[in-house]
Amino acid sequence: MMRKVRADLHLHTCLSPCADAQMQATAIVREAKKAGLDMIGISDHNSAENVAAVVKAGAREGLPVIAGMEITSEEEVHILGLFNTEQDLMNMQDVIYQNLPEGDYGQAYGPQTVIDEWDNVVGANSRLLLGATALTVEEVVDAIHERSGVAIASHIDRERFGLIGQLGFIPEGLKLDALEVSSLSSFEQEFDYPIVTFSDAHYLDDIGKSCTCFIIEDASVDEIRKALRNEMGRRVVVN
Amino acid sequence: MKLTELIEKLNLDVRSAKANLDREVTGGYASDLLSDVLAHSKEGNIWVTLQVHHNIVAVASMKDLVGIILVSGREPEQETIDKAEKENLVIMVTEMPTFELVGRLYNLGVTGM
Repeated sequence: MMRKVRADLHLHTCLSPCADAQMQATAIVREAKKAGLDMIGISDHNSAENVAAVVKAGAREGLPVIAGMEITSEEEVHILGLFNTEQDLMNMQDVIYQNLPEGDYGQAYGPQTVIDEWDNVVGANSRLLLGATALTVEEVVDAIHERSGVAIASHIDRERFGLIGQLGFIPEGLKLDALEVSSLSSFEQEFDYPIVTFSDAHYLDDIGKSCTCFIIEDASVDEIRKALRNEMGRRVVVN
Repeated sequence: MKLTELIEKLNLDVRSAKANLDREVTGGYASDLLSDVLAHSKEGNIWVTLQVHHNIVAVASMKDLVGIILVSGREPEQETIDKAEKENLVIMVTEMPTFELVGRLYNLGVTGM
């Protein structure tokens, strides 16, 4: 049966060096439920090593967690990739790691903490997660699609790291599934892509501040894709 | 100064639109942020950047720039070359890093204001 699913699919965890240390699995799930969300997505910069932890923490509380990653293209454009399975996502992570600058960067831009589903620290990532990959925007989008994922250009209304802020335009024929805006009120331009809005939360307080409702049957990326395409009665309600 | 003259004096290698080297260079712009180049470069400028993806061609064409010089030995992607040939846009490469190249351009009389 179709239902309305309130979703914030762009959340960072303590793995992103720019995110708050409190962005841990149980805390994120707790805050998401408090904010009235029915589904969340985890998308750290160029890594997915905390996705499994939040998926498990969400499962305990009955909150579906979409496996995602926010990928930085060669042009320093941020693209959100959302995947059906953790397997697809980990496969994507391999590609991203192969295309990030090599070497041990320690915690140069801030802590990149790997946690388990109980928020225990289990490691630290020392890759340059805030770096750009060697993949063009087109290659990033294609790589997401090859793994049956959904590709969304992040915060295109922001000057830094947004598709339009970096390039000044949306390249012709770019096969994006949607564009994300930070807030609908700041956004007046019209594009030939569906629009969604998510919080891009780096702090617990920001979770759910922007969200999008999907009219779908279950909380999955395949259903989200159908909603973005207005297929089989699925649709998007931005609010 | 004509583009051909710059190419010769700075020993640049031309990677596309080799028949279109006659234009006059009226100034220069150096930036790696495409939206910035779109906003602030001027027609007749030569553009210095390290970006090698094909969207640089779109930006240079939109702004009617004379050509793009890729620095630090970076080579344009094949798609970039194909698109540049189609748009008749000159792409050049040099081993020099941006700072050095821009200094030499300036010494040759190519200014940024």
